[in-house]
Amino acid sequence: MLELPAYTEHLKEGILAEHQKNNNESIENPGPLQTYEENLSRGEFRIQQCKDCGQHVFYPRLLCHHCGSNLLKWVAVSGRGTVYSTAVVRQRPEKGGDYNISLIDLEEGPRLMSRVVDVDPDEVTIGMAVSAHVGMIDDKPAVLFYNKEQGDKEW
Amino acid sequence: MSLRGETAVVGVGLTEFNGMPGHTHMEIMATAIDRAIADAGIKKDEIDGIFSANFVEMLTPLTVAEYLGINPTYMDGTNTGGSVFVNSMQSAAAALSLGLCNVALICYGSNSATGPFTHPPAMHTVEDVYRPRNPITPYALAANRHMHEFGTTKEQLAEVAVSARAWAQLNPAATMRDPLTVEDVVNARMIVDPLGKFDCCLISDGGAAMIMVRKDRARDFPKQPVYMLGVGSRTDHNLISCMPDLTTTAAKEAAAAAFAMAGVTPADIDVVELYDAFTINTILFLEDMGFCKKGEGGAFVSNGNIAPGGSLPVNTNGGGLSCVHPGMYGMFLMIEAVQQLRGECGERQVDNAKLAACNGSGGFLASQVSAIFGTGETL
Ligand SMILES: [Zn+2]
Repeated sequence: MLELPAYTEHLKEGILAEHQKNNNESIENPGPLQTYEENLSRGEFRIQQCKDCGQHVFYPRLLCHHCGSNLLKWVAVSGRGTVYSTAVVRQRPEKGGDYNISLIDLEEGPRLMSRVVDVDPDEVTIGMAVSAHVGMIDDKPAVLFYNKEQGDKEW
Repeated sequence: MSLRGETAVVGVGLTEFNGMPGHTHMEIMATAIDRAIADAGIKKDEIDGIFSANFVEMLTPLTVAEYLGINPTYMDGTNTGGSVFVNSMQSAAAALSLGLCNVALICYGSNSATGPFTHPPAMHTVEDVYRPRNPITPYALAANRHMHEFGTTKEQLAEVAVSARAWAQLNPAATMRDPLTVEDVVNARMIVDPLGKFDCCLISDGGAAMIMVRKDRARDFPKQPVYMLGVGSRTDHNLISCMPDLTTTAAKEAAAAAFAMAGVTPADIDVVELYDAFTINTILFLEDMGFCKKGEGGAFVSNGNIAPGGSLPVNTNGGGLSCVHPGMYGMFLMIEAVQQLRGECGERQVDNAKLAACNGSGGFLASQVSAIFGTGETL
């Protein structure tokens, strides 16, 4: 057995204790990505909006990639989007079969990768109107899209 | 100061491409370095600048220095993906010009075909969760968008693969030399629609190395020097979902910068070497670099226009699609450009080639680095 992991664990604990002592109130914990994922795990799809330039930001960041501001707030989204491009990943049926990968432009501006899941993978077309809901892929919460409205959304 | 013509390539080395079973990536790289050193007629101890990166280790320049038993004054292990060697060539030109090193070695080796399988690196949780089949899916998304906006067809994508194969048939070192038709490509097994098997590059073993010096010494070596006339490097994303426009790459700005430095235009170019990881790449880069208008790439590559005997020789070694693709191809396209300008290319030699344009692509169409090379008379 290597001794190193236990040693580094011990070091890390000491450093963590120091960090807690000097806790900097100006930093919000956890960071944006973990906050995003915690929202998703509660079934809420939220993205960031810049308080300075007003533009939306995705993926979650500490800094606005439009204007550089560090003032970002979490906002609900309409969930409405349009397929910007789409592809079919071919996979043997015994491994789960073909599936869709699309890039979706949200009404709010940002583009994200996702899957359109209520039509056959090769029936998804560029320009198709889609709406978001929070589902699961491989036991992980993920934003998925439907070509048809899926009722009221809570976010 | 401009880097135009300040440095030159004086040595190149390639390995065989048809598999080097039982060799590590460093052993394959060393084979190419050995050949580049012999080509330049130098001793390994003259090398004092090392530029190297790959996707299986972090500290590549240190590995190379240790392996060669040298103590360089300048090292660069930047990694921008498959474009990195063109990017390194820019760094080497700058470092040489400033006297930070005197003999620069740019090198790469990979045992992608016969070595252990390397998973593509994780990108970001916001994409990885969907299991995009990287690196193919980002290019499939770009291809589909190009088809949607400009009416580009699968047959036109196939023309890229067929042209590359026609060049490979003239290159005894190329891996894939059997005849290939548009029908073969279009009817092949789909991997990620709209890209099928023949729209995707090879997975090869291969090593490549290049030696550069300042122009004041460039004529002191056995081979005719090939001068670096222009270079430009840009990037506009890392994740494919962050690429601003899937039909226009950062090669547009990178190539404009390279052409401006070189003081030439696409019309002046004799031979073009592009990073063709997938058939859509060639179409995108020809458009972005200005060899044809945006959206007209599909028509431009048709009817053998970029094949042997066409109006513009593109990927004359057979490219990543038919010659060699050991994970990161940027090194190989520059060496093909150098060999074309030296007139060393045998049956596939482009007559009277004096100016070559290259474009390396890294990540998923993300890092774009263009370079213009020329013979002594273009200085
Ligand atoms: Zn902003």
